[in-house]
Amino acid sequence: MITATAGMPVGDTATGLPRLLPRGGQPEGWHAHTARHGRLPYRGHAGDLIPELSAAGLTGRGGAAFPVGRKLSAVLDAARSRRRAAVVIANGAESEPASDKDATLLWLAPHLVLDGLQLAAEAVGAEAAILYTHANRRRDVGQRLRQAIAERAAAGADRIAVELAEAPPRFLSGQETALVSHLSGGPAIPTFIPPRVTERGLGGDPTLVQNVETLAHLALIARHGPGWFRQVGTEAEPGSMLCTIRRADGTPRITEVPLGMPLRGLIAGPDGQGLLSARAVLIGGYHGSWVPAAEAMGLTLDNHSLAAVGARVGAGILITPPPDRCGLIETAAAVRYLALESAGQCGPCLNGLPRIAAALTEIAVGRQRRQTQGDVERWAGLVTGRGACHHPDGTARFVRSALLTFADEVELHKQGRCSGTSKKPYLPIPRDSARTEEDWI
Amino acid sequence: MSGINSSTALWYASRATGVVALLLITAVVLLGLLVTRQGRLPGLPRFAVTGLHRNLSLIAVVFVALHVLTAVADGYVDIPLTAAVVPLASPYERLWLGLGAVSLDLTIAVIVTSLLRRHLSRRLWRGVHLLAYLSWPVAWLHSITASKDLQHGWLFLLAVACAAVVVIAVVWRLAAAARDVPRAERVGHLMSVMHSRHRMPERTGRP
Amino acid sequence: MSEKLLVNPIECAGHGACAELLPEMITLDEWGFPIVDGRPIPSALERDARAAVSACPTLALRLVRA
Repeated sequence: MITATAGMPVGDTATGLPRLLPRGGQPEGWHAHTARHGRLPYRGHAGDLIPELSAAGLTGRGGAAFPVGRKLSAVLDAARSRRRAAVVIANGAESEPASDKDATLLWLAPHLVLDGLQLAAEAVGAEAAILYTHANRRRDVGQRLRQAIAERAAAGADRIAVELAEAPPRFLSGQETALVSHLSGGPAIPTFIPPRVTERGLGGDPTLVQNVETLAHLALIARHGPGWFRQVGTEAEPGSMLCTIRRADGTPRITEVPLGMPLRGLIAGPDGQGLLSARAVLIGGYHGSWVPAAEAMGLTLDNHSLAAVGARVGAGILITPPPDRCGLIETAAAVRYLALESAGQCGPCLNGLPRIAAALTEIAVGRQRRQTQGDVERWAGLVTGRGACHHPDGTARFVRSALLTFADEVELHKQGRCSGTSKKPYLPIPRDSARTEEDWI
Repeated sequence: MSGINSSTALWYASRATGVVALLLITAVVLLGLLVTRQGRLPGLPRFAVTGLHRNLSLIAVVFVALHVLTAVADGYVDIPLTAAVVPLASPYERLWLGLGAVSLDLTIAVIVTSLLRRHLSRRLWRGVHLLAYLSWPVAWLHSITASKDLQHGWLFLLAVACAAVVVIAVVWRLAAAARDVPRAERVGHLMSVMHSRHRMPERTGRP
Repeated sequence: MSEKLLVNPIECAGHGACAELLPEMITLDEWGFPIVDGRPIPSALERDARAAVSACPTLALRLVRA
């Protein structure tokens, strides 16, 4: 076993991957799945799997990177002390428009996710399991999942019936409390914490919400052990993760990479084209950060490295627009979307995000006034940490990073010029915004 | 028996404190409606609305207590103390006094839950507090029926005025709430305001 | 026991009574919503803090264990 300091990839990054996605790129049915991985190894007792997950250092792959062992322990403890059965929810809402890795995973390897769901349910003594997915994708994931569940039923693989539920196409629908709110029959809008959903969630029961990719890793750790999981990745951030890579042509490419991998390989692409023409990279999607391409080249895919530029790994979204696009125009369009996706419950977010969006539009079309940038900075500070969820925080981070990374562009726009030569929208932004309460249910 | 004696004094005191109590609980209900709309009283700091609502309700309870005790103490008519909270326990004006008891019971529930607010769930506190909307009209009915005082003259006008003011205030409160922008429309509303203010195009970067 | 202030931003409607009663720890932003100092409340301000919590018309302001 090779030991390494934090930040250095452990082991040979080329071997052992991909772990999650089938090599052929074709959807994996029950037989192919069991041929590749064997049947899922139930432990027989609640809690038994948890120390292995902690030893493996598995963290959530939904963006927050919360330690999985700790979360499962919290749910199990709450279930025991409150004498209620837990609920497990596989979060496949993937409400970030630029991300496609969860939908791809559910399409190609649903059984890994469903294995993980059963094992997590056993670990916390849950009696109910729900798989929450997002409609409006290019593929009919629901159909694939119903098929997979039927195959498992025939094989007698599952101990708890899995209920499929669909998320509304809202940016917030993947947020833990919003998810629970929606599954309880209401709108997919966040609720105030306390209480945490791990303590009191769906139906008042301790609820485990885990991203679908996290559950897939869990299913493999249960088979191969924590040591195996740590063979790739870094000491502090072990394992692999699925990334959504978008380069100049905008097409999402899903690839599984070890944590700690140098970004230049991911940004460049197989032909190295991305390296030459990239100006800036968006790391982490619409709650992430823009980073100048030159700086990004020297970074690795782990929070330790990215912290130096104020970025986080998040859900593994890496976007490199082509050089003919203006970063400010793209950001303004995305922030307008983010503002419209506010639940509108909390004063600072409701008031701040539309103002920030309007100001960014001003800057993007070259009509900023003297106070515009100062206003945006002040509002970004005012909205951060003052909502019931992190939507305003993430939006503020995204906006600040844009003004920093595209500072030269801001100056150009002040003079009525723009370095972008194409007005064609690049960042994927859904057309329809929520207008009524029905759009949230 | 003629002339003022202690019994008559007590009887008058009961009627007088009853009128004052009616005025006070009317004011408390009006202030409560103002609180639900986060309204302000002109010239007063913001905390005055909830503060007055709370303080006046406690003063009102004092006057209701005086009203009840003087009525019980007075020997001219037979009203047992239990009639204060047990409806229909009084042989004198059984039904109309009974209304008073009902109203007082509801008021006690509202006040006790409010004093213990920190330890109760929001939903429970709110549910009980809504009983105030029942307590007030029952108290008003008690006022105009339990004694002939409010059935003619100035006191009659006063009773009508109290009812009118409460009805208007409730209608105002419901109408204002109906005009509130629904949650799902709030941000869309603000976005169009923000964008029109700067005379900005709604979309950017679109062909 | 050490306590701190917590505001539920969903219930908060920006009434502002809290800031009047505890200006040392609560200020209002440009939209009328409270910016709350989340540090433990000094004992000298405890009474004012309780008054601020009571004065909130939507029960958004709470005292919790620090």
